[in-house]
Amino acid sequence: MQWETVIGLEIHAQLATKSKIFSGSSTAFGAEPNTQANVVDLGMPGALPVLNAEAVRLAVTFGLAINAVVNRRSIFARKNYFYPDLPKGYQISQMDLPIVARGEILIEQEDGTSQTVGITRAHLEEDAGKSLHEDFHGLTGIDLNRAGTPLLEIVSEPDMRSAKEAVAYAKTIHSLVRYLGMCDGNMQEGSFRVDANVSVRPKGQAEFGTRAEVKNVNSFRFLERAINFEVERQIDVLESGGKVVQETRLYDPDRDETRSMRSKEEAHDYRYFPDPDLLPVVLDEAYIETVHAGLPELPNDKKQRFVKQYALSPYDASFLTAERELADYFENALKVAGCEAKLAANWVMGDLSAALNKAGLEIKQSPVNADMLGGLLNRIADNTLSGKLAKEVFEAMWAGEGGADAIIEKKGLKQITDEGAIAAIVDAVLAQFPEQVAEFRSGKDKVFGFLVGQVMKAAKGKANPAQLNAVLKQRLES
Amino acid sequence: MSITPNEVMKIAHLARMSVDHDDVERYAQDLSGILNLVEHMNQVDVRGIEPMAHPLDMCQRLRADVVTEFNQRDTLQAHAPAVENGLFLVPKVIE
Amino acid sequence: MSNSSTAIHNKTLSELRGMLDDKQISAQELAQHFIQRIRTHDSTLNCFVSVTEDLALLAAQQADEQIAAGQAGLMTGVPLAHKDIFCTKGVKTSCGSRMLDTFIAPYNATVVERLHQAGTVMLGKLNMDEFAMGSTSESSYYGATKNPWDMQAVPGGSSGGSAAAIAAGLTPIATGTDTGGSIRQPAAYCGITGLKPTYGRVSRFGMVAYASSLDQGGPMARSAEDCALLLNVMAGFDARDSTSSEQASEDYSAQLNIDLTGLKIGLPREYFGSGLDAGVAQAIDEAITEFQKLGAEVREVSLPNSELAIPAYYVIAPAEASSNLSRFDGVRFGHRCDAPKDLTDLYERSRAEGFGDEVKRRIMIGTYALSSGYYDAYYLKAQRVRRLIANDFQRVLSEVDVIMGPVTPSVAPNLGESFKDPVAMYLSDIYTVPVNLAGLPAISIPVGFAHNRPVGLQVIGNAFAESKLLNIAHRFQQVTDWHRQIPDAFK
Repeated sequence: MQWETVIGLEIHAQLATKSKIFSGSSTAFGAEPNTQANVVDLGMPGALPVLNAEAVRLAVTFGLAINAVVNRRSIFARKNYFYPDLPKGYQISQMDLPIVARGEILIEQEDGTSQTVGITRAHLEEDAGKSLHEDFHGLTGIDLNRAGTPLLEIVSEPDMRSAKEAVAYAKTIHSLVRYLGMCDGNMQEGSFRVDANVSVRPKGQAEFGTRAEVKNVNSFRFLERAINFEVERQIDVLESGGKVVQETRLYDPDRDETRSMRSKEEAHDYRYFPDPDLLPVVLDEAYIETVHAGLPELPNDKKQRFVKQYALSPYDASFLTAERELADYFENALKVAGCEAKLAANWVMGDLSAALNKAGLEIKQSPVNADMLGGLLNRIADNTLSGKLAKEVFEAMWAGEGGADAIIEKKGLKQITDEGAIAAIVDAVLAQFPEQVAEFRSGKDKVFGFLVGQVMKAAKGKANPAQLNAVLKQRLES
Repeated sequence: MSITPNEVMKIAHLARMSVDHDDVERYAQDLSGILNLVEHMNQVDVRGIEPMAHPLDMCQRLRADVVTEFNQRDTLQAHAPAVENGLFLVPKVIE
Repeated sequence: MSNSSTAIHNKTLSELRGMLDDKQISAQELAQHFIQRIRTHDSTLNCFVSVTEDLALLAAQQADEQIAAGQAGLMTGVPLAHKDIFCTKGVKTSCGSRMLDTFIAPYNATVVERLHQAGTVMLGKLNMDEFAMGSTSESSYYGATKNPWDMQAVPGGSSGGSAAAIAAGLTPIATGTDTGGSIRQPAAYCGITGLKPTYGRVSRFGMVAYASSLDQGGPMARSAEDCALLLNVMAGFDARDSTSSEQASEDYSAQLNIDLTGLKIGLPREYFGSGLDAGVAQAIDEAITEFQKLGAEVREVSLPNSELAIPAYYVIAPAEASSNLSRFDGVRFGHRCDAPKDLTDLYERSRAEGFGDEVKRRIMIGTYALSSGYYDAYYLKAQRVRRLIANDFQRVLSEVDVIMGPVTPSVAPNLGESFKDPVAMYLSDIYTVPVNLAGLPAISIPVGFAHNRPVGLQVIGNAFAESKLLNIAHRFQQVTDWHRQIPDAFK
């Protein structure tokens, strides 16, 4: 039988606020256990929540960025369940009226195909704390520093049909939330968490199959693997005459498999109801307008502009706009250099990206900043540097030896562009290799390359290659 | 409507309160009594009436995103039932 | 109206203020006087869960220094006690429950903090129904409080410790909270004055939550005048409570003496029906006649959905409570069972041991009402009924200035009666619960006796009409002396 996969994603993005969603405690990562949890975060008797304005602004920013309906009135609800990392015995979340309703986003896969994925809703909620299972005499330790960190839960429609599509969607959202400055996107620290609802159905069937929710996926690579494993598992179950059970499954990256989370198997009855400690969040048009005015250029818009304004290929434009910082870097370097956009794009995508990757650095940590790269591009554009010399200068800049001009000066890397000087070197080389000159003149064209090499060697690599070629040819043919 | 002893057990588990076997029947009666009282609501037609979650017609105030609270762990854990290395301890959570 | 021969513990706040300012008594002597009264009488009354003598004497000493320095405010050195539902830093805050028997609050409730800043002297923490769930103060883990007027009678609840302590002269004023009548009903049963303010008027921060959309703290005292002084400190916007009103609070003492001529009083026919005890009805009628003498006009009005209030309340309050009380899980504070064998055991035993019967009943009924399949039929329906009830009040209060009626259908019942039938106890809140559902302010004032037990009159006003209610009560108390009656054993 032919099977079709159906995937919907629930993404929890930690919002980049300084303080928690309902208290004045810090959200900084990595503090000593329970040192960033106050009476509100601990659910102490009598403590009450007050909503963080920045969490609301970031949620609205996201809604506007995906052309969603931003609800002018939204409601916080309590999701009731007992768990040690959930101090109040309920999570404050949104149910019936989320702050962001239906929206959509355009995603593009590596092969260039694009599609629109529906976003059902995005709602604000508080994060839970952490359970630490190291040995406390067989007990579990609870750290509530994370409890109350603001989350935006972004729920997609079940619009994706393969693990690759799901990854493309997750990456698009990841890029967007970073563009918007609403989430640092750190998947290792759990700032950006992806749960996948996966089901399969016979191709052509209209109804969805029973789905399983796959959790604990902390990289895009694992997301793809986890979904693929789960799809295979479900197909195996169905083909051997079994039934898929609706359940939560945990991805184990070490074994590359998903397994049932028995502790969460129990029938859920969350008893949602409007939180009486919080009032309806009401947003007026002026507020929405202000947030709208503060929106940065979005990835897709920027990409289109790059194609049009800089005559870049869609591939280059996609690459450069995947991260806001990278796009800014490119444009800043270009502004300094005033060279052709393609030259700047090649350098950013080529040598710079390779160096960053190798060093494991983010663009904003690059030892060669946009001004410096622009300076280098200038010297390439005005022929001061050949491509080879430029690489040498780039490496020196990376090593912290200063700007392009200073390095050129210090190392004497300036390209020889004086015709007379080049001619003198050519003449000296030709005098040194009379046999090869004779061979060339007898019709052996291949020797030309050898002679070019010898001239460049004599010029210590600094001769302008085009001029060298021209002079050499002229001398040999005369 | 009445609540059966089975339902009492189910509700008690949802609310994470153990109920002694001997008390189940009594709770079933008590809760059924309360439900009978509550069901007097059914004598009125409330179709089209907007549910009222709050007595006053106000909307949520927003707090500026400022860190105003700092480490109070010692105070807040001073009377906690079980604490070690700053962590609250509970029986092993199995995942 | 006062005279110098009155015992210290029966004086009004303004009398005490005068004595403190004139150095006839020091704040420390005043505190010691009340501590002594508590020592003498509370073993029988059981009003106090904790007596904070050391803290009281320290606060009194500071008050004396302020008075000596000429920096005294209206409340500096005034003794009071807090219902044990308000968090008091460093002091046990039990909420009348075994669950919180070990709970030392790490912070002050806003109400407590404001009163502390105002220079009041906290004598201790007052007994109450467990988690404020009850109408008799018998469900407390610390045992029942008795009614100073009749040791066989309950003081009412849930703020029974507050009402009884004031009636017995163990504290001049006290804080209380009112979710379905918990200030007004014990005030009525104990012959004192108690005001439930408009929802949002007094901060709920640090007040252990029972039903968040109904709970409201308020002042309790012998007289409306003293309630006004206490409310002046308690009321006001609090940024830490999202449901706190930003509307500026007033000087509630400023309008106490306004003439009542032309005041339009509505008497809801539903509050004078067959369930009303004849003795109570008579005391209420006489009080209303008194208001007519003061120039008020009386007319009959109707609140047709009143009967639905108790059913709606017993969905909404338990539903909210079931969620509010989930935090008591034995993990971070409060009672934890011995040697839990696993996580579920920790939860189920800690909570079963920590909560009393009435609390368990309400948690269970609330859990049921919110559970899958029942939410619409119970919770949502109750919220709709709630709106009908609020609409009734809104309509009537656009025609009259205030609504008057009894606080309770009968006088205080005997101790032990309520255990027989919880539902019968619930029904005794029939006149008070609708006010909480609508979020309105209401005051209970003593207007006489029936069956030798006190009777309270309820005056209900529009939202934020606390000044008007206090004005009405004060004018009444200037021409009557019910609020100055003192039980024989406590003179």
